[in-house]
Amino acid sequence: MKINWKKWLGDYGLFLLASILILSGWEWIVRKGMIPSFILPSPSAIWLSLIENLQLLLAEHLPATLKEVLIGFGISLAGGLLVGVGMHFSRALEKVLYPFLVISQTIPMIAISPIFIMWFGYTIWSKIAVTILIAIFPIVVSTYDGLKTGGKEYKELLLTMGATRWTIFKKIQLPMALPSILSGLKMSVVYCVVGATIGEWLGASVGLGYFSRRMSGNLQADAVFAAIFLLSLMGIVLFLLISFIEKQLLKNIIRN
Amino acid sequence: MLTIENLTYAFEDNRPIFQNISIDVKAGEFVSVIGASGSGKSTLFKLITGLLDPDQGEIKINGNNSGSRLGKVGYMPQKDLLLSWRSVLENVLLPLEVSKKKSQLKIPEIREWLTRFGLAEVEKAYPDELSGGMRQRVAFLRTIMTGKDILLLDEPFGALDSLTKRNMHSWLLGLWGELQKTVLFITHDLEEAILLSDRIYLLGQETSREIKVSLPRPRKKELIYQSEFVTMRKELERLIQNEN
Repeated sequence: MKINWKKWLGDYGLFLLASILILSGWEWIVRKGMIPSFILPSPSAIWLSLIENLQLLLAEHLPATLKEVLIGFGISLAGGLLVGVGMHFSRALEKVLYPFLVISQTIPMIAISPIFIMWFGYTIWSKIAVTILIAIFPIVVSTYDGLKTGGKEYKELLLTMGATRWTIFKKIQLPMALPSILSGLKMSVVYCVVGATIGEWLGASVGLGYFSRRMSGNLQADAVFAAIFLLSLMGIVLFLLISFIEKQLLKNIIRN
Repeated sequence: MLTIENLTYAFEDNRPIFQNISIDVKAGEFVSVIGASGSGKSTLFKLITGLLDPDQGEIKINGNNSGSRLGKVGYMPQKDLLLSWRSVLENVLLPLEVSKKKSQLKIPEIREWLTRFGLAEVEKAYPDELSGGMRQRVAFLRTIMTGKDILLLDEPFGALDSLTKRNMHSWLLGLWGELQKTVLFITHDLEEAILLSDRIYLLGQETSREIKVSLPRPRKKELIYQSEFVTMRKELERLIQNEN
């Protein structure tokens, strides 16, 4: 596939320019000694720290966090879709679950996470639990709301053809909900990275969150930033991955 | 074929939108229902299809008034309601998929229909690539593909410009002989009603009034300029004035 550079530059040129300006300004301020480097390390120091710790980060911490994110996202996806569809089909289930879902989002994650550590110990499951608690909400809501929007007129048309509720769900409501569901997934996958990091901050022996916390204790701000850089990169890559899947799936649903 | 007797229907807490309506459609007839907007034409169709149930009166399809009416007639709503993610062919196949008939077996037959509807070349196109007239033809073909003998068409040409509408009329008149369907047709276009129908029902609040169109078939669209046609149209207009 040939990349259209002109278009690419048009889309991302300004962002690129702003990034370069910010990074240069940042580097200049730190080099001039206006801010001590243990408070705000310069971009070049972060880069050097990243290179220095790369072996450790890539071999040990990144895979650990990624594993938590992927398992957490997988369970959130399956559970979220199931609950969203279930709430669509059963009003009773909707009435019971919806308030709980909203309440679950008002709980400060940092406050409840230590309980997960108590329940699941320092195993991977305590981090996955935090991840799911954060990531399942957007999937459930986007699935449920997406299914609700599936036009009444289309539903009536299929009813006159003698369609069952399940057929209407399959032929009309699910395809129409897909854009909404995929938006939810994009949000959710980014939340997964946040959830896994919070989980690791509270108790872990491996992972990028754990690493950044340890380095923060050692006042090695450059290494903290290096870990954050990798976490953010992970979020971006996962987001782009879902965006790509979205484009493939929605090719014909949203045309033009 | 389709018999409606003393039908009364009201939306909750409102006065009835129509009372004691009786309509009778025989096999192979093209019958139009005319009425001012708000006279409950679309509601009448929803009652016949079984989306709504009457407060009083009976709706018999093929002499049968028991059980659910859903899935007994072909219904074409005002909007074409084509699924944007399905090609023309896939849209037309929808009723067959819903009724779980082996749709693959019918493909050659469907291709024939597509040709007859002037849609053979756009079989793989998506709805957003079609003109308004084509979209209506796809929606009409989809209605025929339900395989039902009675078709309810709710202002199918209402959203088209007058030129496209004319073309659709002459296309439909040409097709009518080989279609072998029974049609109940909603419109507020008098010319359209006279040109296409065997009989016309004027839907009023209290009653429904029947008018016979005795113009011979096969008809051509030029018919609208003939004096019989014009007289008929005047008469119809007078009747509608009286209703109000």
